Amino acid sequence: MYDFLVLALLAGLAVAVVAGPLGSLVVWQRMAYFGDTLAHSALLGVALGLWLSVSSVATVTVICLLVAVLLTALENQNKLATDTVLGILSHTFLALGVVAITLVPGGRTDMEALLFGDILTVTASEVVAMWVTSAAVLLVLKNRWQPLLATIVHQDLACVEGVAIARYKVLLKLLLALIVAISMKIVGVLLITALLIIPAATARRFSTTPEQMALAASALAAASVCLGLGMSWFWDVPVGPAIVLSASVLFLLTTVRWSPRRNRRKTG
Amino acid sequence: MSAVSGRQLMDDGVLIKLDDVSKQFADNTVLSNISLSISSNRIITLIGPNGAGKTTLVKVVLGLLTADSGAITRSPTLRIGYMPQKLIIEPTLPMTVGRFLQFAEPDSSLCRAALARTGIPRLLDYPVQSLSGGETQRMLLARALLRRPNLLVLDEPVQGVDINGQEALYNLIASLRNELGCAIFMVSHNLHLVMAATDEVICLNQHVCCSGSPQQVSIDPAFVELFGTRTALYTHHHDHEHDLSCNVVEEVPSSHV
Repeated sequence: MYDFLVLALLAGLAVAVVAGPLGSLVVWQRMAYFGDTLAHSALLGVALGLWLSVSSVATVTVICLLVAVLLTALENQNKLATDTVLGILSHTFLALGVVAITLVPGGRTDMEALLFGDILTVTASEVVAMWVTSAAVLLVLKNRWQPLLATIVHQDLACVEGVAIARYKVLLKLLLALIVAISMKIVGVLLITALLIIPAATARRFSTTPEQMALAASALAAASVCLGLGMSWFWDVPVGPAIVLSASVLFLLTTVRWSPRRNRRKTG
Repeated sequence: MSAVSGRQLMDDGVLIKLDDVSKQFADNTVLSNISLSISSNRIITLIGPNGAGKTTLVKVVLGLLTADSGAITRSPTLRIGYMPQKLIIEPTLPMTVGRFLQFAEPDSSLCRAALARTGIPRLLDYPVQSLSGGETQRMLLARALLRRPNLLVLDEPVQGVDINGQEALYNLIASLRNELGCAIFMVSHNLHLVMAATDEVICLNQHVCCSGSPQQVSIDPAFVELFGTRTALYTHHHDHEHDLSCNVVEEVPSSHV
């Protein structure tokens, strides 16, 4: 009888395990706004799914990948600052998505679920799709971690050392698009970047290598998913915001706990 | 244009050769008709005023930028170790010196040896962000060395290092050349220190103003026009050395000419 809870937990964990390494990469590369833009464009994918009467997981993935490619192309050309361009596109996509969904004939859609997530209605097949995507992204990250990281640390150095940096910059954006697509159901388009960034920022405090930070961020994201589901169960609050709030609380707790860095040994 | 083959270069002991290379950004010509060749074992220093195109030329040599015209030939044996002008690592990225070196060499004992060679053996586990300017440059040099290069490309290697540290760093670079038998191509602002330790100076101001031995270049009218007559060869030396923590070190290295 608690099937929906188990499915919700499995779905949340599928996202949490990749949110660690990918969220860390987003933080290091300062791609938060880029992630927001991708996330907002996911609404267009939902509209497209409704219009074609196909699964929104597929259409959201396609739209996110397209937008990632589009943004990469724009990045190299525009004369405006990147954050201005992303700011324009991000909110344009959000508005466009909402309008498009409303215009789909016969589409009766719960807008709140799209914006803030609806993890409790996740189906078994969606959970499978999430885990397949998540595992694929993890595998790519594991195999390409070193060149990806080298590109982020110093592009020119990496390039001289033989890393195909242009390829890895695109790869990172495509992986992010995939995760946005599967996270949408969990926390909704408005909170996806939070789930990527907050656990990574928390993990930074007790990590001395990039790998530690990525793993710790995954653990923290998983803990946030569990706490969020618990909060929702006991207090009947929406799960997506509860997950993000849990992540924020963990962040605040570690700020208080770890901020006097020099006294770490004494207090520990 | 009849460009020489890379193999031909290798036989002549040349690592890389530029012929009539030009580069523009929008309508702004940054490099015009640059020709130069870097032979093994030579230290070549690139000097020039701000905006002379020094960093652009370095990036063309490194292959980070493509030239608009002209020919660039690389020896098949060319293996470049690059030390960039500066390193900015996000504070959000936890990165120790040892982990940073692993991008060039996974074997940590080799990384340790490279740090020892550049004079910072104790910094292996320190966060990269906590290093001083001089220590950062030495770490970057260690990463370049781990590539086992036959050409070291250094873009302003002493940036952010105090004057005594600069001299120590130049001495280290000169002794590495002798030890590794690699060529060095470097950019510098500091004419005094560099000119004493270099085989050839190229004075750049979009085009090559003059080039040759430091002695020749320093009396060249084109050089004097760019840098004035006050710029003489630097011959003053300290009678002692400072280490990284500014303690006076007893011995003066023999490479201290």
